[in-house]
Amino acid sequence: MTITTAGYSLLPVLPELMLAVGAMVLLMIGAFNGPKVTGLVTTLAVCLLVVVGAAEIMLPAGKHVTFGGSFIVDDYARFLKVLAIIASAVTLILSREFLADQSRRIFEYAILVLLSTLGMMVLISAGDLIMLYLGLELMSLALYVVAASNRDNAKSTEAGLKYFVLGALSSGMLLYGASMIYGFTGTVSFAGIAAEAKTGNIGLVFGLVFLLAGLCFKVSAVPFHMWTPDVYEGAPTPVTAFFASAPKVAALAVFTRVTLTAFPGIVVQWQQVVVFVSLASMVLGSFAAIGQTNIKRLMAYSSIGHMGFALVGLAAGTQEGAQGVLVYIAIYVAMTLGTFAIILTMKRNGQPVETIKDFAGLSRTNPIIAFFFAMFLFSLAGVPPLAGFFGKFYVFMAAIKSGLFVLAVVGVLASVVGAFYYLSIVKLMYFDEPVGKLDPMRVELRTVLAVAGLFNVLFFVYPAPLVSAAAFAAKSLF
Amino acid sequence: MTIGLGHYLAVAAILFTLGILGIFLNRKNIIVILMSIELILLAVNINMVAFSTFLGDIVGQVFALLVLTVAAAEAAIGLAVLVVYFRNRGSIAVEDVNLMKG
Repeated sequence: MTITTAGYSLLPVLPELMLAVGAMVLLMIGAFNGPKVTGLVTTLAVCLLVVVGAAEIMLPAGKHVTFGGSFIVDDYARFLKVLAIIASAVTLILSREFLADQSRRIFEYAILVLLSTLGMMVLISAGDLIMLYLGLELMSLALYVVAASNRDNAKSTEAGLKYFVLGALSSGMLLYGASMIYGFTGTVSFAGIAAEAKTGNIGLVFGLVFLLAGLCFKVSAVPFHMWTPDVYEGAPTPVTAFFASAPKVAALAVFTRVTLTAFPGIVVQWQQVVVFVSLASMVLGSFAAIGQTNIKRLMAYSSIGHMGFALVGLAAGTQEGAQGVLVYIAIYVAMTLGTFAIILTMKRNGQPVETIKDFAGLSRTNPIIAFFFAMFLFSLAGVPPLAGFFGKFYVFMAAIKSGLFVLAVVGVLASVVGAFYYLSIVKLMYFDEPVGKLDPMRVELRTVLAVAGLFNVLFFVYPAPLVSAAAFAAKSLF
Repeated sequence: MTIGLGHYLAVAAILFTLGILGIFLNRKNIIVILMSIELILLAVNINMVAFSTFLGDIVGQVFALLVLTVAAAEAAIGLAVLVVYFRNRGSIAVEDVNLMKG
């Protein structure tokens, strides 16, 4: 099958085209029928994501490049796109309850999530700086709006505003970096930059630092993390689940692709930056989370810490390191979505409860939820044999093989400190007096929880599929 | 004196710095922040076009056009979020954006 436009093959972008057209069709359905079709639009959006994911997997194997090298589909892109699509689809399923409320029947929500996912797919496949910028903006512009989607709520709109201002600042810095890189190499394509960037020219390094600053912002790595706790706390909980999963996948994907494919000639220069960012994120993520009382803020610091751990693999700068990043992000998405399914269940008398104290005595009132939550927390802390341990194992192994001993040792110490606050929630659930029964759990939350929970607990039995898929994906970058 | 690439880059760098300072030092109004963001993007465009001319390569100008387009979309979304925020709080002063302390 060949489809072309102006001489460029359209086959590699077929899933993206399907998603874009599908999102517009759903927008029409919503616009002509009004808020009463919100549930239908959300269901159709999930179906669309499943179809797009299947199309992505069924694209002919191997590396495809189109639009003059701007758009790359390889095993790496496929792996991460499927992951981002799964995360978006699960978020839409988790959002059903939020959208069912009479005052919040906004069908645009599902469409914005779809368009943001489209941005992520473009971002993951980006082969030059222009595509990178366009993908990043398509993803972010939709995210600013979903953050403020609970528009009668002051906290939600404040979260949207803060996210917008800081997000726009970060894309400005990224662009300034991109313009410097373009100026000092004379090209915007990653392959062209790699051919030009052999020495650490001052202008080039200057641009690289700005570019990395913009990307660090999107993965919420220290020192560009300050928006994360506020936005996570203010945004509606299903939106927070979305922020913590899919955009992180896309941002980490492009971070890894840019550093490894566009700047392999000046590894020393970017490695220092990545090592610093990763160290600072791990340490801050562990220590700042200790005093938190709101579970969503706690998850924000937890995600900052986890991004630090994932960047340890990137700092190694090897194929093994990239594999570690991929395994880590896949496991992180599963853990995060499972944890958010539980946070979304935390309702008493129809009112959501968000403080950590509300988990007290959960093991006696809701033993199954408490068991799964404890497993997720152990896994987030990196306790073997749960999935989270394997993620940390692969990134630290890669770091040690590249001689980054300090980074590995600090990382292990930070995860021990992190274990303190995860385990204090487990203690609260199992040894404190109950504060009352939760409302019954909705079917879709139960399904997500069961799937994510079983993946998390049973990953060690058969880790081969994920690990070998990640190995293939990492190989296609080098 | 002939005006060379360095002069253009200096102007862009000054505008970029002004934009960043405008975001962090401004204590009054969120609209000023939106203007600062535009200033940053325009500084980038000067960079792009200057490099494009001096390299004799058209890609930089294409990039600048795309940046202009996206900047318009960004401003529209920023203003929309700001209007929703104003309806809830009745103020757009920077110091009032404090429901959550980060």
